[in-house]
Amino acid sequence: MKATHVVRTAGTGLTTNKMRSTLTVLGVVIGVASVIALLSIGRGTQVAITSNIQSMGTNLLFVGPGAVSQSGVRSAAGSAATLTMDDAAAIADSTAAPAVYAVAPQVQAGAQIVAGNQNTRTQVIGVTPEYSWVRNFPIERGDFVSASQVQRASLVVVLGNSVAQTLFGLQDPVGQPIRINGLQYEVIGVLKSKGGSGFGNSDDQVIAPITTVQRRLSNQRTTSGAKTVQQISIQVAGASQNEAAIQQVTAILQERHRIAPGQPDDFTVQSQQDMVQALQQSTSVFVIFLGAIAGISLLVGGIGIMNIMLVSVTERTREIGIRKSVGARRQDILLQFLVESATLSLLGGGIGILLGWGISRMIGGIRLNNATINTVMSLDILVLAVSVSAAIGLIFGLYPAYRAARLSPIDALRYE
Amino acid sequence: MIQLHGIVKTYQMDQIQVQALRNISCHIEKGEMVAIMGPSGCGKSTLMNILGCLDTPTSGHYSLDGVEVAMLSDSQLAEVRNKKIGFVFQKFNLLPRTSAVDNVRLPLLYGSDGNNGRKRALEALERVGLGQRAGHKPNQLSGGEQQRVAIARALVNNPSIILADEPTGNLDSRSSRDIMGLLSQLNRDDRITIVLVTHDAEVGSQAQRIISLRDGQIIGDSPVQNRKDGGI
Repeated sequence: MKATHVVRTAGTGLTTNKMRSTLTVLGVVIGVASVIALLSIGRGTQVAITSNIQSMGTNLLFVGPGAVSQSGVRSAAGSAATLTMDDAAAIADSTAAPAVYAVAPQVQAGAQIVAGNQNTRTQVIGVTPEYSWVRNFPIERGDFVSASQVQRASLVVVLGNSVAQTLFGLQDPVGQPIRINGLQYEVIGVLKSKGGSGFGNSDDQVIAPITTVQRRLSNQRTTSGAKTVQQISIQVAGASQNEAAIQQVTAILQERHRIAPGQPDDFTVQSQQDMVQALQQSTSVFVIFLGAIAGISLLVGGIGIMNIMLVSVTERTREIGIRKSVGARRQDILLQFLVESATLSLLGGGIGILLGWGISRMIGGIRLNNATINTVMSLDILVLAVSVSAAIGLIFGLYPAYRAARLSPIDALRYE
Repeated sequence: MIQLHGIVKTYQMDQIQVQALRNISCHIEKGEMVAIMGPSGCGKSTLMNILGCLDTPTSGHYSLDGVEVAMLSDSQLAEVRNKKIGFVFQKFNLLPRTSAVDNVRLPLLYGSDGNNGRKRALEALERVGLGQRAGHKPNQLSGGEQQRVAIARALVNNPSIILADEPTGNLDSRSSRDIMGLLSQLNRDDRITIVLVTHDAEVGSQAQRIISLRDGQIIGDSPVQNRKDGGI
């Protein structure tokens, strides 16, 4: 039987009952569209997180206080206060750590910021001048924190873009006074917006000299009484020196903290790539989960096809008998019904792709609770959706088609 | 061309075995027009299904044009039905919502030579005198016309045998005469072997030979004495 006839016969079979075919296709449309929309949200989230981390700067290492065990009690990583300004200075020493290019220690504390009759709660991050370029925070207006301001622990702040907007609106905040914990600070600059969202929104923060934050806002001390820093960002001299830098930094800190060989470190060194990888791993679980949920609706759509095809086989038993009596072979009947179910599912797949794409474009960029929905459409998502919908048509069409093909011509002709 | 030898057909119905045909043997030569007659339940239709390769006998030998049918695969049987045999049924068995010409064309779609199928289908419709109604659907045709479409469908692949199972069973007497006339004409002019099942003696008398069945056995096989030649 020629292909054109197969297609025409299947077409006639489907158009005979248009409403039923349409509803069956709708099941697949919903399945495919939701798979595509949800996978594109998942993929978009992954991309957003990765670019968020990359916007922190390039070739970075992050040193944080690690798990310490004091008198046998191990506290969680990050809870200890073991890093100091002297540690940061030691890492910056180019003879001990040639692979390190720049060092930016930071401390942070939450605080209520008041300007005139406006106020907001945010993080105040204490930094040194290097922070601006190590962590990639360019200035939009005014100046960044200077070395002399750090030395004098001046009462000055640089506002994150969204903080500036919240407190001052369209007004230029540079030179204006603000109050933090009852003390008056002068705004010396505003950061450029990074357009970050949700996870670690970098526009929603205030920057001050590290010494100021240590003195006024955070009074964490090490066991020996030195003022702590919470994180040290390190820019490595080049991507190839990442491993060397990790080793050098680790060696310096082990010596300074007097950690005997074999003892656990009281700090952690993490590279930017590690962070990207770890986050991608955890978000891929999220993406798979979204896909699985959507997959269920695709499965339901497939069962819909099977149901309709079974009904159709029963209704058309006599037609099958007639066809067989004039010479249709089993495979002709099998093919006819398979093509019908494949047509339903491919039609559903096609419309579903357009609908899913539309949904993905529509919801991409919508802001919910301060977080933006990111969607990314990629070829592999489309290929996946199409092949799954075609497979569904074939798999769920196979059994009804097989039933039709196996009918004995006499029984089929006698069927009322 | 048709040789039956010791054909037995048994149906398993729940626990009981029903013997529909017991030991049928006969020959039908090319160009014959044979009527199989008998009361209902005598096995006429079962015999017809076996002759038409829609069913296979439980035991016995059936050879068609020298080919042992029992040896054929499912697809080969389909090909025999497609090429050698034309069926005409009591209930016409046309595809609904499908035009006459497309119904007639159906066997060509399952054959290897599907070219100029529409032309051949129209020629077959001409042969049964329905050339003008090619585009009509079955529900727009009378019973007699529907049966003629069915005969055209049986003819379209130039079969050597036409098997007609109660071809006039659903028709009024006038249409019955038309249909029988058409079948006789095909037998006489085109030398097509015709086997028809009927319980109407009037219809049977238009054949050359009558095989009588009762309880799955042949009880009579004789030429028709004063044959009514049903010309048109």
